Amino acid sequence: MAILKTEEFTVNIGPQHPSTHGGFHVVVNLDGETVTDAYCVAGYLHRGLEKIAESRTYAQFAPYCARLDYLGAQNPALGYVQTVEKLMGIEVPERAEYIRIILAELARVASHLVFVGSFALDFNGWTPIIYCFRDREKVLDMFDMVCGQRLTTSYMRIGGVADDLPEEFFPAIRKFLDEMPACIDEYDGILTGNEILIGRCKGVGILTAEQAKDWGISGPNLRATGINYDIRKVEPYGIYDRFDFEVPVGTAGDTYERYLMRVAELRQSLRIIEQAVNALPEGPVRTKVPKVLKPEPGEVYHRIESNKGELGFYMVSDGSDKPYRLHIRGPSFVNVAPLPELARGGNIQDVIAVLASIDIVLGEMDR
Amino acid sequence: METLERLFLIIAAALRGWFRDLGASPGLEHVLMVLVYLIAILGIIVMNVIALVYLERKISAYFQMRLGPNRFGPRGTLQTVADAIKLLTKEDIIPAAADRWVFLLAPILIFVPTIMVYAIIPWGEGMIAVDLNIGILYFFAIASTSTICLLMAGWGSNNKYSLMGGMRSVAQMISYEIPLVFSVVGVIMIVGSLKMTDIVAAQKDIWFIILQPVAFLIYFIAGCAELNRAPFDLPEGEQEIIAGPTTEYSGMRWALFYLAEYTNLVASSAIMTALFLGGGHGPWLPSWLWFIIKVYFMIWVFMWVRWTWVRIRIDQLMKFNWKVLIPVSLANIFLTGVGIYVYHYLQKMMGW
Repeated sequence: MAILKTEEFTVNIGPQHPSTHGGFHVVVNLDGETVTDAYCVAGYLHRGLEKIAESRTYAQFAPYCARLDYLGAQNPALGYVQTVEKLMGIEVPERAEYIRIILAELARVASHLVFVGSFALDFNGWTPIIYCFRDREKVLDMFDMVCGQRLTTSYMRIGGVADDLPEEFFPAIRKFLDEMPACIDEYDGILTGNEILIGRCKGVGILTAEQAKDWGISGPNLRATGINYDIRKVEPYGIYDRFDFEVPVGTAGDTYERYLMRVAELRQSLRIIEQAVNALPEGPVRTKVPKVLKPEPGEVYHRIESNKGELGFYMVSDGSDKPYRLHIRGPSFVNVAPLPELARGGNIQDVIAVLASIDIVLGEMDR
Repeated sequence: METLERLFLIIAAALRGWFRDLGASPGLEHVLMVLVYLIAILGIIVMNVIALVYLERKISAYFQMRLGPNRFGPRGTLQTVADAIKLLTKEDIIPAAADRWVFLLAPILIFVPTIMVYAIIPWGEGMIAVDLNIGILYFFAIASTSTICLLMAGWGSNNKYSLMGGMRSVAQMISYEIPLVFSVVGVIMIVGSLKMTDIVAAQKDIWFIILQPVAFLIYFIAGCAELNRAPFDLPEGEQEIIAGPTTEYSGMRWALFYLAEYTNLVASSAIMTALFLGGGHGPWLPSWLWFIIKVYFMIWVFMWVRWTWVRIRIDQLMKFNWKVLIPVSLANIFLTGVGIYVYHYLQKMMGW
């Protein structure tokens, strides 16, 4: 019998594709449906944020940070303003610290909700994303109350926050904290125990702890491999050391565990918010800082546990009112790097599953 | 009541008489009646699709705590009409690199088997277009040919995603045809006939879903795969291969695939109703109404599954078919045979 001549072919997943979560591009070589090779092409959303920072004053750049991770914009903004505060040694009032924690954790909830929804969507689960967006909407409404914006909230200020929390925020957040655990149970009900989802995710795209360290993975993706490393715990920024919460840690490091980490973190974030709302002190929300910020020449590196992982800001000051250099370490960019490694040998459907579980946001990846 | 039961038969008889009064010869009268049947079936198909597109949107909306279409017409019922007009007026794009004739023919040809299977659906007492003595075999023989059209679309588009979708649909449909046919064998063994009217008549006292629950389940699962519905919608697999064979189609050509899909859904539900849910049997209501209710119930179950489950992977799909469905359906045939033998033996012994 003559052997059929077969050949591999190349398929572009992206930059225009339903499952790339923005302008992301993966080139895969396929042998039938099996991926023999893959590589990532980044940069479709590159806006040169680091360069822009060099021509903006320290205060002017803060709103740009919301465009890093627009799914939970408070966290990158928090990271930036804390970097400047660290550089200049500015003290932040107690109340502002608490408000920052509340909003940062709300942003994490919003970001993880988008993850759970879009993760399901990448498996053709159309219903969970509506559930998640229903609850994300409540978070965004609260952002609207506090910041006047839903997505790109420019609320964090150097030396505090823009304004105090409005009166109507408190009943809203209480209601949210009451309702949310039942909503998370709902996601568990429709996704976590779903036989098909488990079949698609368990053992797919396994990242070992060693590999994760070598690649510099951070955030929930790292913790899924069994490494207990959360910057909120190991190097608490702000007032994270005052709160009692657990860091969910996985064992297998596969797609399924990466999903489970996010759901577990949702519950922990709610715990932090509840504690912060209960302990919220009275007082000012902003220290007096000079109109024109001119830090002493020097450099600083500050990192936070952002929605997707370790978000770092490296800032060099030359004594003028603009940073000499700002480097942003985006977790999405680092986390997506092992995708070809994880995709190789799998099915083309696994590429989508692994990419979904890594949880990238293009604004932060391409910067 | 009796009139309602025989409503469509009376209409048919009146038409037949009318043709005769007009002086049509018996041959011409037969041809005219076939035309009437064809128009009736086409009417059913189109009306069903219009209803189903609306239903799918509304049902998915209720599953997802949304409202669904509610702007155009009372409760959004005219939304489908608006969609159809939009699709009709869209630009018809034929890719430059496409295999032109194959590309153009595929959406037309996919309709042929889809309409042909409607000939043997027993809508009610005496309401079957052609009561073939091999009815159910005809259904499987015709329905399986729609695979070719999907492959044509996938190949003709000259697009890698389309080709992958086409290949997936061939692999999936051919594999799932086997348990689909095997699951029906149990029913045929009990009835002893392939004729649709015989199968429906045999369920007067007891529906076959009670005698053949495993077969019903297998038929439902394999039916999902045959219809490309979630969780077996791999040929379309939006998240991986955009829209599979239909990626390059636009406007009305794309709508024809959509139309065929929903028409197949109705046909498959109707066959399921006839085989397992007692066809038109039921108290109080006329048989055709019962039939429609059951068909729509099955369609609702299909939609329920679609909006609840996520998509399976291709290797799992094949594994599930060859390692689970086929052995179980074979075991079902064996057990049915044993059951029939024991039943006859007991009948003889006890003198039932």
